[in-house]
Amino acid sequence: MFESLSGRLQSVFRKIAGYGRLSESNIAEAVREVRLALLEADVNYKVVKDFIEKVKEQAIGQETLRGVLPGQQLIKIVHEELVNLMGVSARELDLSSSPAVIMLVGLQGSGKTTTAAKLARRIKKKGRQPLLVPCDTKRAAALEQLVSLGRQLGEAVYEPGSDRDAVSIAARSVVFAEDHSLDTVILDTAGRLHIDEELMEELRAMKSRLSPREILLVADAMTGQDAVNIASAFDKALDITGAILTKLDGDTRGGAALSIKAVTGKPIKLVGIGEKIDDLELFHPDRMASRILGMGDVVTLVEKAQEAIDQEEAERLEQKMRKHGLDLEDYLNQLHSLRKMGSLESVLNMMPGLNQLKGVSLGEKELKRVEAMIQSMTPGERRNPHLLDGSRRKRVARGSGTSVQEINRLLKGFEQARKMMKRMGKFQKGMMKMGGSAWQS
Amino acid sequence: MGKGIFGRLRRGLKKTRERIASSLARVFTGRGRIDEEMLEELEATFLQADMGVKVTARLIDCVREFHKSEKGLGREGLIERLEGEVASVLGSNSASLNVSCSPPTVILVVGVNGTGKTTTIAKLAKMLQDEGKKVLLAACDTFRAAAIDQLSILAEQAGVSIVRHKHGADAAAVAYDAVEAALARGMDYLIVDTAGRLHTKVNLMEEVKKVQRVIAKKIPGAPHEVLLVLDATTGQNALQQAKMFHEALGLTGIVMAKLDGTAKGGILLAIKQELDIPIKFVGVGEGLDDLEPFVPSDFAGALFES
Repeated sequence: MFESLSGRLQSVFRKIAGYGRLSESNIAEAVREVRLALLEADVNYKVVKDFIEKVKEQAIGQETLRGVLPGQQLIKIVHEELVNLMGVSARELDLSSSPAVIMLVGLQGSGKTTTAAKLARRIKKKGRQPLLVPCDTKRAAALEQLVSLGRQLGEAVYEPGSDRDAVSIAARSVVFAEDHSLDTVILDTAGRLHIDEELMEELRAMKSRLSPREILLVADAMTGQDAVNIASAFDKALDITGAILTKLDGDTRGGAALSIKAVTGKPIKLVGIGEKIDDLELFHPDRMASRILGMGDVVTLVEKAQEAIDQEEAERLEQKMRKHGLDLEDYLNQLHSLRKMGSLESVLNMMPGLNQLKGVSLGEKELKRVEAMIQSMTPGERRNPHLLDGSRRKRVARGSGTSVQEINRLLKGFEQARKMMKRMGKFQKGMMKMGGSAWQS
Repeated sequence: MGKGIFGRLRRGLKKTRERIASSLARVFTGRGRIDEEMLEELEATFLQADMGVKVTARLIDCVREFHKSEKGLGREGLIERLEGEVASVLGSNSASLNVSCSPPTVILVVGVNGTGKTTTIAKLAKMLQDEGKKVLLAACDTFRAAAIDQLSILAEQAGVSIVRHKHGADAAAVAYDAVEAALARGMDYLIVDTAGRLHTKVNLMEEVKKVQRVIAKKIPGAPHEVLLVLDATTGQNALQQAKMFHEALGLTGIVMAKLDGTAKGGILLAIKQELDIPIKFVGVGEGLDDLEPFVPSDFAGALFES
């Protein structure tokens, strides 16, 4: 997630790392790079402009802190402003009435139906009884899509019968929910263009009839400059309560997150991060900012680990990450436990520095081969890969049914990862010294 | 490009065109040095059309140079110059579908989730059907719930036939059957729908490569078209999508869907400039007839002409 922006900013900060103090001119170059990086990340032009002004205001004239590199100081400012821009803390949904009605709105293809199913799943985990309601009477087979998703999940789905009017379907579904003691109604509306007046009117009618607790704009994280137009149009028409950002598991730089928040003032509440039905998470602006800055997202990683592994294991894992004293044996152990946490890519994306490892291929098949290779090494070799000379490599290759070339590649990739993590370790320690609480969230 | 698309494209790009025109007018009002504020406005306009940093810089340089040496040519001259620049990025000819000399022509349609693949396929089928061709669809999106139903309904609307398996079936197996059916029934076109997949998911990209291999095994040289469907509202990530799908499958063309909103689709310039993949069609509405060939000069014209 956000690799490209992180990479970009990191190279900017490396550039200024050498300077002794913040001068107007070296700030200017870095600021220019930050601006370009944000624009390339699809943050809206106007939002970038305001952002840059704030960063400049703060940075120029600031005294260099003792023991802190100017680059780090600038990162801190940029980071804080990013957090400010995206909102300060994670917000849960407001479900304080019964039945609580949630309306999902958005453009075609933004992921409303998938999100509706994921949302039902999430809400159920919190002990509530959701009802999924297909209000999309327009797109071919939209109804069937939600019904079949509901069946897969074992969630209740409202069957509108022959009713083709979205507002009346929604209204009747609420009565149905009351009758069947279901306490949360999730309305999956038809995708529409924000400039389609007729369809926007339908949403307005739905809103005034049902007074939903939450009206959430479902937006594709890959959205470009148009994000501001889309968000502000939906907000003007419906006064939305927040947004859900989908498809964040790709390599989009996700500038839309910043744009939507800036232009509507409404929080991003949840993010969709995968194909699996559980892949909906709370949006954490501070973590996201760290991610944007290439600091990795150790907190989310640990939370995921806690769900997949026991507490002790999770702590050990985090300590390992923090210390960066990774050896091949840990690598193997982690392969086993990491796979419980979801797709390998999503996990690697959260590890500091590792999201830059383009050379290391992450296919599941490769993973099995890696497993075989490591298992063919002696415990000593796993702890100290330098022991692996030519003849030992040949033995390992024979033992694992691979080739020496593959062993070489594994070791090279591993060495690279270790170096990268070490560097990130130093980097993070530097940040800690500055006492910025944002870094320890 | 028919009147429809040209009109709609022009309408869609009206605000952009007006802002460009008003900025450009100022090139000629100042004396001596170029008006930096004007350039910034122009830059904002280009960036907000999703053209990206590189293409924008290229166009801005173009204005600077013009100001230096060709100012005498006036406003018309500058507009012509910029239009030329855009046209030289996009190429001058519109690209048509590759057609196999021995039918069926196989068209593989790919893209990330929610860009509009299935709708685009229905439009394409309708278009070919209207030309009197025999069209068969293959429902290879076996992953998304009800995707097969959706394609079946659209196929019926377009009046074409379809090969389908059950939800969860192997996509490559559907493709295999579809190719056999297309050969047996003497179809002119076989259009293969695939599941939406993020270009970063290695296993899913492998799956679609397998679909392509299966098709190629049955008909050497097929698929004759590999079309990537992009969503016009997507920003710079569209370039990344094009890159990765191109690497995996060797794209022969791009379809930009959803150009009927407020998005400008400026990313097409960056894609053409960096990857040189022809842009073949644009989707401009929800009706089955709302697919039009992409004509570069019309796009450039819609941006700059007043």
